[in-house]
Amino acid sequence: MSQRNVIPFGPQHPVLPEPIHLDLVTEDETVVEAIPSIGFVHRGLEKLVEKKDYQDFVYVAERICGICSFMHGMTYCQAVEEVMGITVPERALYLRTVWAELSRVHSHLMWLGLAADAFGFESLFMNCWKLREGILDIIEATTGGRVIFGSCKIGGVRRDIDGDTMKGIVEKLDRIAAEIRHTTDVFLNDYSVQHRLKEVGVMSGEEAYALGTVGPVLRASGVAMDARKIGYAAYRNLKFEPVVEKSGDCHARCRVRVREIFQSIDLIGQAARKMPEGEIAVKVTGSPSGECFSRVEQPRGEVIYYVKANGTKNLQRFRVRTPTFANLPAMVRILKGASIADVPNIILTVDPCISCIER
Amino acid sequence: MIEEQTTIAVGKDELLGTVSDFHSQGYRLVQICCTALGDTIEINYSFDKDYRFTNLRLTVKPGEEIQSVSIIYWSAFAYENEMSELFGVKIRNIVVDYKGHFYRTAVATPFVATETDEKNDTGKE
Repeated sequence: MSQRNVIPFGPQHPVLPEPIHLDLVTEDETVVEAIPSIGFVHRGLEKLVEKKDYQDFVYVAERICGICSFMHGMTYCQAVEEVMGITVPERALYLRTVWAELSRVHSHLMWLGLAADAFGFESLFMNCWKLREGILDIIEATTGGRVIFGSCKIGGVRRDIDGDTMKGIVEKLDRIAAEIRHTTDVFLNDYSVQHRLKEVGVMSGEEAYALGTVGPVLRASGVAMDARKIGYAAYRNLKFEPVVEKSGDCHARCRVRVREIFQSIDLIGQAARKMPEGEIAVKVTGSPSGECFSRVEQPRGEVIYYVKANGTKNLQRFRVRTPTFANLPAMVRILKGASIADVPNIILTVDPCISCIER
Repeated sequence: MIEEQTTIAVGKDELLGTVSDFHSQGYRLVQICCTALGDTIEINYSFDKDYRFTNLRLTVKPGEEIQSVSIIYWSAFAYENEMSELFGVKIRNIVVDYKGHFYRTAVATPFVATETDEKNDTGKE
């Protein structure tokens, strides 16, 4: 047996935009075990709920993550609305869907850029982030923010998008889609990209499911699970099927995200066409009493919010199980047996969001 | 609209058997979470199959030991280490037991810590 060495990976590492630590136990060039540890920037936001008014807490929930901030706020609102029996106006549900899908597009484009950077394709990284700017411009024009939207509230949304603006957004997205297709063709067809990602970090569908994996990582292993199929917000009125790939390797995870960008653009178009006129929020009075689990499909997968309230202004318990936390066991599993050189690519294709873990 | 959610109360002794049944029926472990309710701790084990959401609810007293379900669902180790370190729940036989080193927290079991604990605690090793 070769000598075993422990290589510390992170918390500071070129491929990690945020701090997570892995002890990689290696034999020669092969990882035989990966032991993660977290908590470097843990914020204790779940505990903060005991001191914040439940309506103000939407702002805190949005700040769990800077990439899927809107979806965090939306999931929290959904949970409280369910506990309080609030019926959100249809138009608000469609607006939430549009902003949620815009979040997915910008998140996936950001990920593609980071992935390109990780395997040394700097111009591709630059192109992906340039395209992402177009999406962020739409978000800024409709919400006033690029990172924190602040447009979701309990009972509906704070801002409307008028018909002409919505039409303009769909037209702009169609134009951007053509550019995205041109750039993402490189991810799908380029020899060097395929060489770095194909047959690397393979996980079967059975394994992925057994490990509780979620999101693109699960779907890349052939399991058609997408929390949007539950039918929250306006998704029950939109036509789509989960994007699935079979091979379960790093390239499959990349292909799923590429295809999901176009799916999201299509969903925004559908939502724009079907969006009814009407109110965008209802007045919320009183305090919640009861409990609920709320699920939303974020760019990284299914997020679970649990709220428990006892009739006061402060919730008794607020719990978030983020997709990255659910994908941690899968990451450990995929790294086992991988080559040291492939570790950065494998970690990136799981797309860990450490802010989400360190809620 | 949120899907139908079922909650089933389980006792400490029936936990492993019930979780094992869920596993054999093909349920996915969605999450495990903990709620400190004064003199009791409520633990929710959530499962999903074909978008059907089911919860097992176990109520224990602080300091009471429970069995790990990670021998059935391996991925449960992450949730169980979290519960152990943030809430101080004693869990026996976790397949990957970090023994307090999964999270790097300044205060031991911060989610059940009182203000006095926080003042007295100088940080764990």
